[in-house]
Amino acid sequence: MPKDGIGASTKRREDIRFLTGKGRYTDDINLRGQAYVHFLRSDVAHATLNGIDTSAAKDMPGVLRIFTARDFDGVGGIPCGWLITDRHGQPMQEPKHPIMAEGKIRHVGEIVAAVVAETLDQARDAAEAIVLDYDELPAVIDMKAAVQADAPKVHEELTSNLCYDWGFVEENKAAVDAAFDVAAHVTTLELVNNRLVANPMEPRVAIGDYAAHDDSSTLYTTSQNPHVIRLLMGAFVLGIPEHKLRVIAPDVGGGFGTKIFHYAEEAFCTFAAKQLKLPVKWTSTRSEAFMSDAHGRDHVTKIQLALDADNNFTALRTDTYANMGAYLSTFAPSVPTWLHGTLMAGNYRTPLIYVNVKAVFTNTVPVDAYRGAGRPEATFQLERVVDMAARELGVDPAELRRQNFIRKDQFPYATPVAVEYDTGDYEATLDKGLELSDYAGFATRLAESKANGKLRGIGLAHYIEACGIAPSNLVGQLGARAGLYESATVRVNATGGIVVMTGSHSHGQGHETSFPQVIAQMIGIEPDQVEIVHGDTANTPMGMGTYGSRSIAVGGSAMVRATEKIIAKAKKIAAHILEASDADIELKDGKFSVAGTDKSLNWGDVTLAAYVPHNYPLKDLEPGLEETAFYDPSNFTYPSGCYICEVEIDPDTGKVTIERFTAADDFGNIINPMIVEGQVQGGVAQGIGQALLENCSYDSDGQLLSASYMDYAMPRASDVPMITVDHSCQTPCTHNPLGVKGCGEAGAIGSPPAVINAVLDAMHRAGKPVAHIDMPVTPAKVWAAMNH
Amino acid sequence: MYNFDFVKPSTVEEAVAALQDDEAQPLSGGQTLIPSMKQRLNAPGTLVSLLGIEALKGISSADGVLTIGGVTNHATVAAEAGAYPALAALAAQIGDPAVRNRGTIGGSLANNDPAACYPAAALASGATIVTNSREIAVDDFFQGMFTTDLEEGEIITSVKFPIPEVASYQKFEQPASRFALTGVFVTKYADGVRVAITGASEEGVFRWAEAEEALTANFSADALAALAVPSNAMITDLHGTAEYRAHLCKVMTGRAVAAAH
Amino acid sequence: MKVQMTVNCRQVSGEVEGRTLLVTFLRDGQGLTGTHTGCDTSQCGACTVHVNGQQVKSCTMFAVEAEGAEVATIEGMANADGSLSVLQQAFQDYHGLQCGFCTPGMVMAAASLLAKNPRPSEAEVRRHLEGNICRCTGYHNIVKAIMAASGQHVTAVAAE
Repeated sequence: MPKDGIGASTKRREDIRFLTGKGRYTDDINLRGQAYVHFLRSDVAHATLNGIDTSAAKDMPGVLRIFTARDFDGVGGIPCGWLITDRHGQPMQEPKHPIMAEGKIRHVGEIVAAVVAETLDQARDAAEAIVLDYDELPAVIDMKAAVQADAPKVHEELTSNLCYDWGFVEENKAAVDAAFDVAAHVTTLELVNNRLVANPMEPRVAIGDYAAHDDSSTLYTTSQNPHVIRLLMGAFVLGIPEHKLRVIAPDVGGGFGTKIFHYAEEAFCTFAAKQLKLPVKWTSTRSEAFMSDAHGRDHVTKIQLALDADNNFTALRTDTYANMGAYLSTFAPSVPTWLHGTLMAGNYRTPLIYVNVKAVFTNTVPVDAYRGAGRPEATFQLERVVDMAARELGVDPAELRRQNFIRKDQFPYATPVAVEYDTGDYEATLDKGLELSDYAGFATRLAESKANGKLRGIGLAHYIEACGIAPSNLVGQLGARAGLYESATVRVNATGGIVVMTGSHSHGQGHETSFPQVIAQMIGIEPDQVEIVHGDTANTPMGMGTYGSRSIAVGGSAMVRATEKIIAKAKKIAAHILEASDADIELKDGKFSVAGTDKSLNWGDVTLAAYVPHNYPLKDLEPGLEETAFYDPSNFTYPSGCYICEVEIDPDTGKVTIERFTAADDFGNIINPMIVEGQVQGGVAQGIGQALLENCSYDSDGQLLSASYMDYAMPRASDVPMITVDHSCQTPCTHNPLGVKGCGEAGAIGSPPAVINAVLDAMHRAGKPVAHIDMPVTPAKVWAAMNH
Repeated sequence: MYNFDFVKPSTVEEAVAALQDDEAQPLSGGQTLIPSMKQRLNAPGTLVSLLGIEALKGISSADGVLTIGGVTNHATVAAEAGAYPALAALAAQIGDPAVRNRGTIGGSLANNDPAACYPAAALASGATIVTNSREIAVDDFFQGMFTTDLEEGEIITSVKFPIPEVASYQKFEQPASRFALTGVFVTKYADGVRVAITGASEEGVFRWAEAEEALTANFSADALAALAVPSNAMITDLHGTAEYRAHLCKVMTGRAVAAAH
Repeated sequence: MKVQMTVNCRQVSGEVEGRTLLVTFLRDGQGLTGTHTGCDTSQCGACTVHVNGQQVKSCTMFAVEAEGAEVATIEGMANADGSLSVLQQAFQDYHGLQCGFCTPGMVMAAASLLAKNPRPSEAEVRRHLEGNICRCTGYHNIVKAIMAASGQHVTAVAAE
């Protein structure tokens, strides 16, 4: 067996280039003769745009051309990839999302004009000379106000600012309401899931290039899914067929969801390059990123939990307002619906659930998926209301959860919100979490904190997530306008080395290291004989990219399927050479042998024969050894876990410090534990960021108040503790070949409720009980809550 | 950003001459100026770097006064201002290590950001701001946020800090920028206590007179018990209300008194 | 105007404008694209380099200000034979990076810390990284890598 097969914490090979400054990110690419674009962006949130005077700007030094909306006649809008059907069977309202503002400005940061010049400074200089003629309109910011009858409309052509009013499962609504009528106890909680900005450290970049000799376009972009961009931009925006359009996403400096979507800047650079016959490059500044990257979360929710006299959960209902921003970003409508409503059962047996979501247009940046996407919003409200119920009933929150868990012997378990969990063991992760967090020893630590004049609290949260996105036929029924399979081509070279071309994309997840571990295990060679190619539509099969914790569960499965085909064919070749039946050929440790004999061939002998087919069954078998597989999952995967947070609060300042954090996850089988732990640690830090620090805030005029790192508080090294991570509870996924579930989003999903539950626990123990505080629980908020 | 000419004189006289140009601005560490130029909020025609003037660098101590050259960076103060430990400790908390290697005391005081740390130290120490043309008592120097008594083209050449008996700076950080949400510098001299507060007020750094009086009589956090900073002139923003900042003024003052050494 | 400096022990020169930032000179002028720009308010630290042995943010310093200076970037951090330095190796060994974008700045900041404080405590490491933002790792493994590079015992990766 290879020493670095499945289960080994193999060091990452990609680290070498990143640690020596040899990474190749999009902004590191400069094409000969490239021009630079600067986008003139609106600094008002809502206005009628009467005219754009570019007369002074167009003659300024270095200016090649200035583009406004009128240059895009015949060009499509940015498409939305998911159609939601509302409670009444009607399709969502879907306004056009133009590349540049067409007669109306709908959010601060919206592109109004684009200046292409020989240098970036020239482009910026000229942009300052553009004169806009606009009449400002009242901004639509607050979601509940936005759906009132007299609210100004973000889109005049729509009937209202309501994108959709979604009910799930609509048929259950009456039964749910009836269950509440007879409940022994009802816990009600209203909360906000704060708006966030994903903030991958690499800002977005796009470079468009056009080759006149074959009329083809190339886009270099910071994307998590270059094929998706090729499809959306080529087919729906610019009308370029796939064979004339290549999209390259080289090293990408983090994504967290916000680099899934197709953005206007990508279409612009591709379009302008063809118009000008020059490469056109755009590099976002961080300030631009805050007002042009899709934001995340931003839900306002009322949730109610009904319990019977024995504290069993009998029903759950939630009403959520979900902010869409000014336009529908690529997957925006699916986030508060199918990625959120289907998770409302959580880890519990609650028999009756009804979810209502009203998606609302506002004069803000579009909102779309951010790490977890819908599942953090579901988990947060559920784990908060369960904790609140425990407090109201005077029972241990861990035991209330345990009592209501889906039991280990109930899997596969069909929830009342349309999904079927294949496996899980929630008590196991709870017990592991309690053990590793030393839950039992909390009283001692509490006493120490008290002696130091500090408050101390402990909070836990369980989560379930639907990952490995997603079965295409199912999501198609739910409104997805794409399939969600993944692909891989496994190319075995004559001398035995392997190149895997995957449709998945790595932007920090370590595919280049973990994917070879799987092949090494399957064939019995060392991983360094396997190279992973990703991120270029010209040399990888059509794939859907990386998000939704799907890379190993779906992309890895495609690679396994292709490798299985390779092995099957190689066995036939070996059988021919060894003059045996291929049914008798065994592959072990990179060696083909005939069962029960000492006849064998090395891996390299067979691969060479495939390409030098002298002694080869040419009549029955093609030469060569290269296979492609597309894998479409039959179900989601369902990672779950128990997160326990312990905080101290300084009562004088309200400052919350995370003292301990424990994550006990069940990810099924694990390929590379080191990478998995890194994913959890990073996800937890983002969750702590959401809980304590981060807030994307608009004022009532639609001005973005947290528009840079001066006001948007990113977690720094001193804000997060060492995080105890465990993944020893493993109930392997039953429906993919690796038994894997995915781990990329868990940390960000499970941690916010654990933190908030801990903060509220501390206040309760200190005799300053507060029912709820909205995130982020800044020092100022905690202090105010304790002193008013 | 807009382009500019760059000059790097080696004497104060040359720098002052270069700054006669209306379009010229001095550049020291640039840790505030350069970001504001990137946003095109500032458009000097000429930047006159002061970092080539050796006479403006360094720290010396004599007769109970610590003198710091105007372009001495924060890292140097943190490392070498041992004669005034609370001041060295303050310098070690400004920004981050990279910022401390560039940012200077003169630049910070001349900018008078309402959330900067150094103004609190200067005001609490009764420092003297020495320029190329005069000496300015610190009580006359700060004139509201981003405003000082400096004339156009006037350069801070050094700052003289009388060394107190004991002192401490307590900073409560704004979680995003890591500037002071509220920072309090308390000093105790033979003739009384001074308390200067940064980050909290719409007016920029200020002295809390009632606390000074109470602490001069009794240098103990208990002496603050009956006092409160009025919240009406305090800043309200994303990170805290005026009421919260007023509360922090008292908390941080108490902590500074307790920590003073 | 012309600017001349030493970058990674090599004498270099180039034409710049006054407004050319040091990071732009390094990336566009010298092709040293390991130094990154992650923000425009001097906070993320992805652009951290050493100037005359001191860590600075190369996005908040003009190229002309580095006239005659000795500049070190991530490209100069490996051993002479091209192998990873102890610090770089620790980042790999302890999985102190994911997407890699903040990594050059992290390494430069950490190198600066260890030069002054060869055995920093965990709190000192975290405090020193105040001006370097990582969005991927949660800092856990970065802190471990730096502690390990300083010769202090840390638990092995994936063994906690």
